[in-house]
Amino acid sequence: MTATSPTRAADLDGVVSDVTRSDATLRRFLHGLPGVDQVGAEARAAGLGTRSIKTTAKAFALDLAIRMVDLTTLEGQDTPGKVRALAAKAMRPDPADPTCPSTAAVCVYPDMVADVKQVLGDSGVHIAAVATAFPSGRAAMDIKLADTRDAVEAGADEIDMVIDRGAFLAGRYLQVFEEIAAVRAACGDAHLKVIFETGELQTYDNVRRASWLAMLAGAHFIKTSTGKVQPAATLPVTLVMLEAVRDFRETTGQMVGVKPAGGIRTAKDAIKYLVVVNEVAGSDWLDPDWFRFGASTLLNDLLMQRTKMTTGRYSGPDYFTLD
Amino acid sequence: MTRLDVRKTYKLYIDGAFPRSESGHSYQVSDAAGRFAANAALASRKDARDAVVAARKAFGGWSGRTAYNRAQVLYRVAEIMEDRRPQFTDAVVLAEGASAGQAGRIVDTAIDRLVWYAGWADKLTQVLGNANPVAGPYFNLSTPEPTGVVAVLAPQESSLLGLVSVVAPVIVTGNTTVVVSSFARPLPAVTLAEVLATSDVPGGVVNLLTGDAASIGPWLAAHMDVNAIDLTGVAGRPDLATQLEVAAADNLKRVRRAPSAEPDWAAEPELDTMTDFLETKTVWHPIGL
Repeated sequence: MTATSPTRAADLDGVVSDVTRSDATLRRFLHGLPGVDQVGAEARAAGLGTRSIKTTAKAFALDLAIRMVDLTTLEGQDTPGKVRALAAKAMRPDPADPTCPSTAAVCVYPDMVADVKQVLGDSGVHIAAVATAFPSGRAAMDIKLADTRDAVEAGADEIDMVIDRGAFLAGRYLQVFEEIAAVRAACGDAHLKVIFETGELQTYDNVRRASWLAMLAGAHFIKTSTGKVQPAATLPVTLVMLEAVRDFRETTGQMVGVKPAGGIRTAKDAIKYLVVVNEVAGSDWLDPDWFRFGASTLLNDLLMQRTKMTTGRYSGPDYFTLD
Repeated sequence: MTRLDVRKTYKLYIDGAFPRSESGHSYQVSDAAGRFAANAALASRKDARDAVVAARKAFGGWSGRTAYNRAQVLYRVAEIMEDRRPQFTDAVVLAEGASAGQAGRIVDTAIDRLVWYAGWADKLTQVLGNANPVAGPYFNLSTPEPTGVVAVLAPQESSLLGLVSVVAPVIVTGNTTVVVSSFARPLPAVTLAEVLATSDVPGGVVNLLTGDAASIGPWLAAHMDVNAIDLTGVAGRPDLATQLEVAAADNLKRVRRAPSAEPDWAAEPELDTMTDFLETKTVWHPIGL
């Protein structure tokens, strides 16, 4: 990344305190990032999407994608029964096939965390909770922090926070930075995913700026969308974010994960994302610790494709749960 | 100056649209005398898969319509076929080598067949449904219900009348269907697809694939999201028919077995063309409470 001085991991803190001294310095840094070539990014994403992944590579990709799924339900109508059923599915996505891996996590509202925890126990499936006045992010700071602490106390391993898009678009970058840093502190040991809602950020340049802002503030993961706004995750947006985490690691030595969420419904789409991950960020990111899919319907399609590969015949939705 | 031939390449009919085959393949279709007639899309297993998805999506809406409305939609198809009678006659002459007079009678019979089945839409329930006598204080009522997505391997010889005779009974009761046309004589099926697309039949209710029943059939027979299969198109090929029946047994598909030879399509059909693809729903309703 040309815009930053040639720093190393050891003095990341120094860079951060330097850049975030004031709104003006932070703005200078973020607007000094090279602009995104919109046509180029979209063409590259479309080009990578045409790769043909078949046979053993496809089997590997399908299993990897299942392991990367954050099985999500974020509805007003969620009941304890529904999230328990979802948690059971996350542990054993295909009860008919013991070789099927479990998903990475279950993603729910904070008040559902305790119910999920009861089902998951020590199965290794993580519990992610959305916090900070999800999905709008419009609440007072102390409410956002209390929301986060509640979720962590209830047993969430991962917190998905939303940034204040209003502040970001108005150029109050320091406020956004401080919010992320404060939520990160409130998370304690839990991992923090920062949701940009890229559908509301208007430009790829803003996506790149938001990515750097969140990474400087200490995010473990950067996430595209809440799933409540259209367009949600797209391949080019994810590509821009993957470039950002790649450049961030080159500059600082710190690795940050990426999570596209919303709108990824088919196994074919998921495999396209994995190709982009491998080609843009590198194979280090092909791991559930560094790349996730926020999805609900995607899992069933992955399972159907997986069943097709093992049995040799097409499967149907009748054989998988309705979520 | 001589006019250049317009050498047509037809496409498939899936989900109300006319896509090319996913495989990109097409094949040459000859007329009855062996001369080049046109190119037809050669459907692959992935086209069959897409067609099943489309048929499944369309099933709720189509089966949920009133029987009266389904009848009207089928009448409308017959009307448009009547409008396009010369085109169908030409297609049958080309495909089957019939004389113009014979072809005209075949087209007439096909249109009449459609009208005949359309008439059954709102009468079948009365004929097949029952109020069953039971030893208890219940009304016990049985009614026929469509079975779901039906794969149809259409007859190889009778390219229009045979096709209409296997498709109409499936959809009139509320099923949706994926049809594999005659391999050697696909052009009347393509014309029928154009009629369906411009009539009131919702997209996805009938999906027409041109291609080889021997290569697509096994995928449809084994497909877990297909509820029934009509094997008429492999008549006279008992080994293939057995293989398809075995594959179909995996999810307990309803199977209409392949006859030893293609029947005489001009004869009036039996009701089992429809009842083979129906389920019976029985309701127990308490009385005297």
